[in-house]
Amino acid sequence: MENILEISGLNKAYDGFALKDVSFSLPKGFIMGFVGENGSGKTTTIRSILNMAKIDSGKITVFGLDSVSDTIEIKERLGVVFDSLYLAEHLNIKQIEQQLKPFYKDWDSGEFFRRIKEFDLPENKKVGDFSKGMKMKLMIAIALSHNAELIILDEPTSGLDPVARDELLDILTEYIEDENRGVLFSTHITADVERIADYVTILHNGKVWYTGTKDELSEGYAVIKGAENDIPPEIKSRLIGFHAYRNGFDALIKTDDLAGIPDTLEYEKASIDEILVYIAKEDKNERHS
Amino acid sequence: MKIILKNKSELPIYEQIEQQMKAQILDGTVTEDEQLPSIRQLARDLKISVITTTRAYNDLAEEGFIISVAGKGYFVAPRNNELLRERMLYEMEDGLEKAVINGRNAGLGDEEIVAALRKFMEG
Repeated sequence: MENILEISGLNKAYDGFALKDVSFSLPKGFIMGFVGENGSGKTTTIRSILNMAKIDSGKITVFGLDSVSDTIEIKERLGVVFDSLYLAEHLNIKQIEQQLKPFYKDWDSGEFFRRIKEFDLPENKKVGDFSKGMKMKLMIAIALSHNAELIILDEPTSGLDPVARDELLDILTEYIEDENRGVLFSTHITADVERIADYVTILHNGKVWYTGTKDELSEGYAVIKGAENDIPPEIKSRLIGFHAYRNGFDALIKTDDLAGIPDTLEYEKASIDEILVYIAKEDKNERHS
Repeated sequence: MKIILKNKSELPIYEQIEQQMKAQILDGTVTEDEQLPSIRQLARDLKISVITTTRAYNDLAEEGFIISVAGKGYFVAPRNNELLRERMLYEMEDGLEKAVINGRNAGLGDEEIVAALRKFMEG
């Protein structure tokens, strides 16, 4: 399968934070959810893909092109949606359109105004006065109007109401109906990812904790609960984010490790949210031991 | 074809799709040779991932409910009565097994379970 985005061995250090050997790839035709707690490195990774941050080492290719030397062609074919507007806030939609048009070879004014209408965005209002949901839709309209083959969204749903979030999911599933496209979608609202993402990458402390299909992730882990004494010793060491309380314990477990557990322990499949929580707890446990 | 997904269901989404498609193929709501939405159309309509709809269609094709025609898409398979009958028998046995287990768990003796079945069949 051809990859629309490929990151290998990406390293980037700042004061007190570093991306360490980040590698993952997104096959063409699919949506990837990019999750991890705040500060895990999602935005730095995205800024590296867009060549907005200088990488220390590693290689990033988009559409098979190099993120550093081919950045102009990549940007031409890429759409971005950030959690805040990257446009001049004192302009209205018509002025914004005039300003953007010269930057893109494939700009389609007809498509742009059709989307603006579809998304119910006012043409004469300053975009700085738009609500968060309206700003998000404007950025999507721009991406769709220059025929972007890959859309990268950085926390597009934070601060959006449920209706606007649902609309975004609609737009993205419509967009990906064309199998030559791709979507990388960073968020900490994992319910959105749970539904539409084909692939998931979990970043934790600047490292990739998981990357692969969403189905393998959700089938690969379970939350286990019960009395601490019932855990076989060989399994206890493999539990992730072990948490004991007065009447029992809970932890994350790989479903492969479930084979040897006694009936007295209960388990159920883990949501992405739960996986993130136990990863963070595991960290805390390690720091305290 | 009507598909209703329940987020709170115990069943994974691909299985919900499979079950509902099978039911509609078996009861004739969708007929032989009818074209199904493409994998990507269905993913868009249901607002779910493409991998999920791909998995559902692959399973249904493997079990003989639908067929994939290269370049054209997916269609409801021509009725294969032998296959259908086998499936029905399997479903019946599965249902009977569950009924017996539940009956025994409720403390019924074998005679009582058979009597309950007879009563059910007589309506």
